[in-house]
Formats: sequence, C-alpha cells, structure tokens
Amino acid sequence: MRNFAGALGALALAGVLHAMPAAAQTHPAGPTVGQIVQRGHLICGTNVGRQGFSSVDSQGRWWGFDVDFCKAIAVAIFGDASKVRYVALSSAQRFPALQSGEVDILSRNTTWTLTRDTQNGFDFAIPNFYSGSALMVPRALNVTSARQLDGATVCVFPGSTTERYLADFGRRHNITFRPVVIENVREMTAAYLSGRCDVNTQDATGLVSIRALETPNPNDHVILPEMLSKEPLAITMRQGDAQFRDLISWVVMITIEGEEQGITSANIDNFANSQDPHVRRLLGLTPGIGRAFGIDDRWAYNVLKQVGNYAEIFDRNVGKDSPLRMERGLNGLWNQGGLLYSYPIN
Amino acid sequence: MAATPGAMALSAASAAQALDQGGRPPPVLERGVLRWLRTNLFASWWHAGLTLLGLYVLVAVLPPFWTWAVAGASFAPGQAGAEACARAAGACWSVIAEKHRVMLFGLYPYEQHWRPLVAMLLWCALVLASCVPSMWRPSVLAPLWLAGGAACLALMGGGVAGLAPVANSDWGGLPLTILLFTGTVLIGLPLAALMALGRRSELPAISGIMTALIELTRGVPLVTVLFVAAVLFPLFMPAGVNFDKLLRAQIGMAIFFACYEAEVIRGGLQAIPRGQIEAATSLGLGYWRRTVLIVLPQALRIAIPGIMNHIIAAFKNTSLVIIIGLLDFLNATKASLVDPPWQRYATEAYLFLAVVYFLVCWAMSQYSQWLERRLADGRPAG
Repeated sequence: MRNFAGALGALALAGVLHAMPAAAQTHPAGPTVGQIVQRGHLICGTNVGRQGFSSVDSQGRWWGFDVDFCKAIAVAIFGDASKVRYVALSSAQRFPALQSGEVDILSRNTTWTLTRDTQNGFDFAIPNFYSGSALMVPRALNVTSARQLDGATVCVFPGSTTERYLADFGRRHNITFRPVVIENVREMTAAYLSGRCDVNTQDATGLVSIRALETPNPNDHVILPEMLSKEPLAITMRQGDAQFRDLISWVVMITIEGEEQGITSANIDNFANSQDPHVRRLLGLTPGIGRAFGIDDRWAYNVLKQVGNYAEIFDRNVGKDSPLRMERGLNGLWNQGGLLYSYPIN
Repeated sequence: MAATPGAMALSAASAAQALDQGGRPPPVLERGVLRWLRTNLFASWWHAGLTLLGLYVLVAVLPPFWTWAVAGASFAPGQAGAEACARAAGACWSVIAEKHRVMLFGLYPYEQHWRPLVAMLLWCALVLASCVPSMWRPSVLAPLWLAGGAACLALMGGGVAGLAPVANSDWGGLPLTILLFTGTVLIGLPLAALMALGRRSELPAISGIMTALIELTRGVPLVTVLFVAAVLFPLFMPAGVNFDKLLRAQIGMAIFFACYEAEVIRGGLQAIPRGQIEAATSLGLGYWRRTVLIVLPQALRIAIPGIMNHIIAAFKNTSLVIIIGLLDFLNATKASLVDPPWQRYATEAYLFLAVVYFLVCWAMSQYSQWLERRLADGRPAG
C-alpha cells in the first residue's frame, strides 16, 4: 500500500516537474530547448579524443575546450554544468548522429563551410575557435617561411583536406612538395621525429600538441607562420531552430564579453553592486536577457561563474596554464590582434 | 607425436628387463640431465646449432628487455609517476597504474566502478559454468542465464534496489567488451544454427531468404553493419522514435556473426551421411526431433574448430563499436591516453591490452581443443 502511494506521489511529482518549465517560460524557447529541458540534460557530441579539446581524465570524466562549451550551454539552460551527456563521435559519424537527433549539438572541431551550412542542413553558432592547417619543421632546417620548402618531403594524412590544401599551396607558389602519406597519427609523428619527412602538416592544434608533448625538446621545432587553410570551428546544430542557434551563439558571445569586460569566474561577485547598466544587464541584475530565450535571466552570470570567460576556458585547456601552451593568435580579442568580437548585449 | 611415449615406455621396459637379467646399467651419460640435453637439445649437429642460436637470441634479447620492462621502468601512479616516466630509461608502467580504471571501465561513474566489476565477475562465472558439458541442459542454463543476466544488467544499469541509474552510453571498458562478445555469441549461435538449417531447407522460400540474408551480410564489412545499425537505422524511423544504440549495435553484431557461423555449421551439416537422416526418418522421428537429436549434435561437434574460430574473431571484433561512439576496452584505453602527461606512453598501455586480449583468446582456443577431445571420446576424431 505504501509503495503504491509512493509511486503515485512520484508520478504526480514527475507531472509537476514536466509542467514547470512550460509554466516558467515567458517566451517560446524553440523546439530543441524545449526537448532538452523536458529530457533533463543536453546531449553533446564530442570528439573521441583530441588533446586539450575533448579528453577523458583518470576518473573517466570529460574535460577540454570543446567540453567546456557543452557545459556552458548546459549551465545557460539548467544552471548546472553536470546536466550534459557526452557522446563520443568519430568524424564520419558526427553528421548522421546530429541529423538523426542522437545528439543536440556537435562541439567537436567542426569547420563552418558553405556546403555544410546549406546543402547538408546544418547551422552553426558563431565560431569559438579559429584554426587552420599549418606546417611544422625542425628548427635546425633554418626555414622561416613555407615558400622555402621547395622539394621538401611532407608527412600528411591521406585523403585529408590538408593534403589538398598542401597541393593548392604548392601550385599557387610554384613549389613542389614530396608528400609522404601516413594514415596513423602516431606513426606520422614517429616518421617526422625520425627525419623521414622534413615537414609535418596537419591542423595547427594537432601540431601544437605534438610539439609540446611528443618532441624531446619543443624548442627544436617551429610552426611556420603560413596557414594553408582557414578553419573556423563552430558548434553545429540541425537547421531550422533559429532560437536554439541564437542561444548557443550568445553563450559563446557571453564568454567573449566576459573577457572584454574583465569579468572572471573568480571576480564576478564583485560586480554585484556595479552601476554600469551594461554589466547589470549582462549579469541579470536588470531583467531582460533571459526572457529573450525563455530561460533564466541569470544565465550569463551562471555561465561566467561556473565555466568562466573565454580567456579562462582557453588558458586552462589549451593555453598558457596547460601543457600545450598554445598562443592566443587568432583566438585573441579583436583589440589584441585576434578575431573575437562580442556584439552589443542589449 | 603419439608414437613417442609408447617408444619411451618400450625402451624403459627393455632396460628394466636388461637389469633383471644381471646386465649392467646404462652408462651415466645416458641418464638424467645430460641424457635429456642430448636427446632434446643436441641430438644432431643441426639441433645443436639451432640450440646455440636460440641461446644467443635469448642472451641478446632478455637483458635489454629486463632493463626496459623492470629495472629501468617506472611504476608509481599520479603526478609523481608522470615525472618518473619522463626521467626513466625504461617502460612507463605508471600509465597503467594511473589510467587502469578508465581503461577497464571507460566512462562509468568513478565511484560506482564496483558495479561493473561485480557484474563482469558474475558474467564470467556464468560463461565458465556454461562451458561445462554437464550443464548443457535447457532446464539448467535457461534459469541460470535469465537470473544471472538480469542481475548483471541491473547492476550495470541501476535504477533498482537503490542503485543510481547509469545510461548505457556510459558503459565502457572490459565489461562492455565482454558483454557485447557474450551477447553476440549467445544470440548469434542459435541464430546461426537456424540459418544453416534454413539454407538447407527443402522449402524454396525459406532457403531463398536465408541464402540471400547470409550472402548479403557476408558481402559487407562489420563496420558497415554497425554503421547502418547505429546511424542509418534511426534515420528510417519516424522522428522521436529512437531505441537503444547499444542494443542496435548488439543485434547488428549478432546477425553478422550468425551469418558467418551459419556457413560453418552448414559445413558440419553436410558431413552427416544421408543414411543417418533416413534411418531416423524410418524410426518415425519428425524433422525437429531428427535435427535436434541426431543431426545437429554431430554437425556441431564436427564444426567446433570453425565455430571457435569465429567466436574468437567476434571477441576481437568488439573493438569496432568505436564506430558508433562506444568506448570498449581498446577504445577506452585509447581515449585515456589523450591526456598531456601520458600521451607518449601508448606502447605500454597497448602491451597491457595485448596481454588481456591474448589471455582471453588463448583460453578460448584451449577450451575448444579440450572440448574437441572430450566430445571425440569413443568416436573417431572429427
């Protein structure tokens, strides 16, 4: 009898919980956010393993730059970074998984391209990482520009976009490369380090992690300034839910805005008495920014408090506080030589 | 091979006979260690040369291996281990000390690791018990597997008896590998027997469908089957209908396994003389009793080596589930290595994996040989 009453109570409670988000909404949140709220967690497609961006720690928990953006979105929706379920996806599987609804978003080094944006039926939030294919050479070769590499042997993944970019670059500058195609990243690193090829080419983030973690002395290797390609990496979602896309773009924007305003997870509570109308709106002290998405007005505060601003996310995962020590470069603020630029929040 | 013990027994008997008749014992050289050396290692110049070569290789390989694997190796976990590894000349076993929990259990919540551990042990006990021929009765195996299997799945999945629920997308490591493997064999073997019988059926509809299914499935790689099960299948379903990814993968793997195994069993079926079937028919046995009592037991016994071949392959095929984003033992290990201080020590981690995979596969092949000998008792060897 007691069990029956308990079950009945649980049912009633579940009903109330289901009804609550709908009641709290002042503005339609879009079908995807609605589904996420009803399900109780965000499903985030991540990379199976990418140094500094998505990896698993010794206790089996996900961490990294891309993972932090999954958390930021969960915080914006639920106020709780733990309400994310991660699905590790290979690059072949990522788009079908997104298309079939197995994941809500991809936060896994996906380049915003014309075809993907139009024919393939995806939408992108504003880019949260600017990368590109780059070239790494041993310092001993005394090479300072990719144009000096005529006749060099280059280690490259077979059939990759990098292979094509390399050929394009050679044709444009009238130099010939001798490609050594190697499928496996470990073998490729070993081939480069043993001198089987003069140049290692792949995504700049990959080169940085190889240089920092696998070379005996990182200073013996130089990543050349030329980028062979542009890779604006952005969080990807299914086309057709503009509000969801807006929300994710603005979560990225808020982390950049936090850095511009000097608001960090450590000092954010010092701004509680700020009289700056802009800051008051941002932190939800003046109501408004949540209503636009149908979520809590304090969402931006929660994101900055629980996950941090862009600089914090970058530095702890891939930047100066991590073993990778990546430079900010293009991923710096617009007024510091980078491409990050937050739009007005009002 | 079989002649050697007999010959030795004979020579021992004749030596004893020689002693009884007051003859002299054999020369000392022909006994004990020296005799053993002479007969086994230095029987001829050719054997002596091979023995010396073998010794030289051992001397050349073992000390450096010892230095690498033991003397110069680092064993400590954690930050200290990473630093020790960077200094150590030898192997970095610290990576296993540090990462073994993720390797073994994948993304399963860390505080709950005892659950997959207990489930895995229970599951292995079930498998071992099922390997004993005297247990092969439906009245024993069926309740055993139903109860044991339900207990294991409840342990892994939670949601009952106060256990926190754990989504099966978070299951991983060795328990997932073993679960997928045993699931494949448990579903796949009976299915394979049915498919093999179906292909030989006299009804053209049944044999046609079975032939088409087997040939189509054998025509594509397992990767494709998994990809269809995991990725394309949901696209065909109406929006919002989405049933479990692990289950889809499991069914895909089982069907793939069954199609290969069906052909092995069909080979066994073809070896049964027609006379036996006719004799059974003349005794008044119907199709099913004839098949279950007369044909299948013999066919399966004949096909054991081939069946076991595919079972062992199925164990290794489980690592392909990475295609659909599940972290089995191999891929949990790969994922655990994407961590700055440990990225360099993949070799040690892969060695650990290789040892585990070898032990499991070796145990299976030993079991298959034992089973063959046991079932061959009193009959000409299959």
